[in-house]
Amino acid sequence: MNILVCIKQVPAKDAPLTIAGNWIKESDIGFEMNEPDSYALEEALRLKEKHGGEVIALSLGPERVKQTIKEALAKGADRGIHIADDNFAQLDPLGTARVIAAAIAKENVDLVLTGLQSDDHGFGQTGVLLAALLNLPHATLIMQIDVQGPTMKLKRELEAGWFQWIECPLPAVLTIQSGINKVRYATLKGIMAAKKKEIAAATRESLGVTFEPTQKIEKIYIPTKTKKTEFLTGTPKEAAAKLVEKLRFEARVL
Amino acid sequence: MKILVITEQRQGKWNNASFETLVAAQQIAATASATITALVIGYSVAPLADELALKNLAEVLLVEHELLDSYTPDGYCLALKQVIDSSKPDLVLFPHTYQVRDFAPKLAASLGKGMVGDCIGFRGDSGKLIFVRQMFQGKTAADVTFTGAAPWFASFQSGAFRADQLAAHPTGKAPVNAVSVNLTAADIRTKPLELFKEAKSAVDFTQASLIVAIGRGIKAPENIAQAEALAKAMGAELAASRPICDEGWLPMERQIGSSGQTVAPKLYLALGISGAIQHVVGMKGARTIVAINKDANAPIFEIADYGIVADIFEIMPALTEELQKSKSV
Repeated sequence: MNILVCIKQVPAKDAPLTIAGNWIKESDIGFEMNEPDSYALEEALRLKEKHGGEVIALSLGPERVKQTIKEALAKGADRGIHIADDNFAQLDPLGTARVIAAAIAKENVDLVLTGLQSDDHGFGQTGVLLAALLNLPHATLIMQIDVQGPTMKLKRELEAGWFQWIECPLPAVLTIQSGINKVRYATLKGIMAAKKKEIAAATRESLGVTFEPTQKIEKIYIPTKTKKTEFLTGTPKEAAAKLVEKLRFEARVL
Repeated sequence: MKILVITEQRQGKWNNASFETLVAAQQIAATASATITALVIGYSVAPLADELALKNLAEVLLVEHELLDSYTPDGYCLALKQVIDSSKPDLVLFPHTYQVRDFAPKLAASLGKGMVGDCIGFRGDSGKLIFVRQMFQGKTAADVTFTGAAPWFASFQSGAFRADQLAAHPTGKAPVNAVSVNLTAADIRTKPLELFKEAKSAVDFTQASLIVAIGRGIKAPENIAQAEALAKAMGAELAASRPICDEGWLPMERQIGSSGQTVAPKLYLALGISGAIQHVVGMKGARTIVAINKDANAPIFEIADYGIVADIFEIMPALTEELQKSKSV
């Protein structure tokens, strides 16, 4: 079973963000694997261990995203594909998906996995769009995958604690819900082995993809507050005492 | 301008986010002189269309087919593409539900169009519609516009508009028009099976008046005891944001947010929770929100009534002690 996992690199969770035009200033911050995608990668590695085949890690973005592909290789992916694109932040979801779909179309894969959404743009559309562009069936927010010959039985998460079983034929595209598994760490052996693994390079041009964007991020900004927050200061003991006072006598909720 | 709102139902029951999106459409229509068509899709769902006809809408479309009885992305996309091809709306709006996330981008792509998903508002700017959505887990907002020709597709986040503001029809009833669509069983590649709820003894926070919730800031499972002690001293329930449950540190049934429970307690105390959108939609209805976080820029402070910028490991024991003291007075 050949599985391709789409992985995005995003600003580290605790990175202080400085806005620069319609993106953020990238020079001073660290980056990491988009957490939802790490669950998709883990699921791909587990499916490979069970059913054989290979795992391909694909990422689109500037040179720095190679580091995240290497991390996937160190965890056990067999090879990587880096679609170099310095202008990725301004791509709309459909444009991003067109580029990735063109790269996937060259591969012979049974299953394409993505995380449910990225922690930067947060569109949550890539997986569904890949299915549309590759004309494959799809399912989203998957919490369990049972491969049964040419089809899969999938546990899909709905809202408010509900789930649904669905059957989906292979090949297909699935977006993985966070929490489906416990993500592994790379071992030292894995990190050494990754050095010998191939990362193929591609670009929008080499893939022959041209398109007009369907939407534009005009600007990004710090959101305006909807509530006026009263900040309580002092030592921990003083702040705690002030808070209890406020909650008892002002908000009257204790 | 012609606005088409795709409403959502399951087994004949509304997803209430549908009404919020209708309110969004009414507000856009008020600024951009538009007409609104609401669409109900499913099988044997005519009563729902009749209910919508009482609202301030130009028309209600009823799209029924036995292959639409259970939701599938293939069925919904094929049926809605036919309706959009014939009714030619300029703007197609959806509630940003899990189901919409599953099919709407594909529907838009099948028409060569893009979708701006998970919007929290809109603005009219010299004839141009600007959609506002969050990025970087709520740390920033973004103004997004459509480029290229209509139809444009957008979805609104749950809670972004108030369903109780939905205006009734001024004179009586909007017409309900059935639209027939062509579908065959072979078009539908995935097969929906049974719906179920996981935990039998699920924790129900909907009636809880005091909730203490922990997020990533708790750092390690062995630190949860401190939050538990605080919750106990307060007489509150202990809940968490999704990452804590994903790690298995607290059971999934204690999760607050879009994939967990939606709560509206008197007091919500958020400890080390950054305030990502998926969490905030589950708790922003709380009467009083307190946020304690060491990052002064954490988005949770945008909705907090009281905030303490500090290390939760310093505040938790101090607060526990303070509560115990005030109780014994």
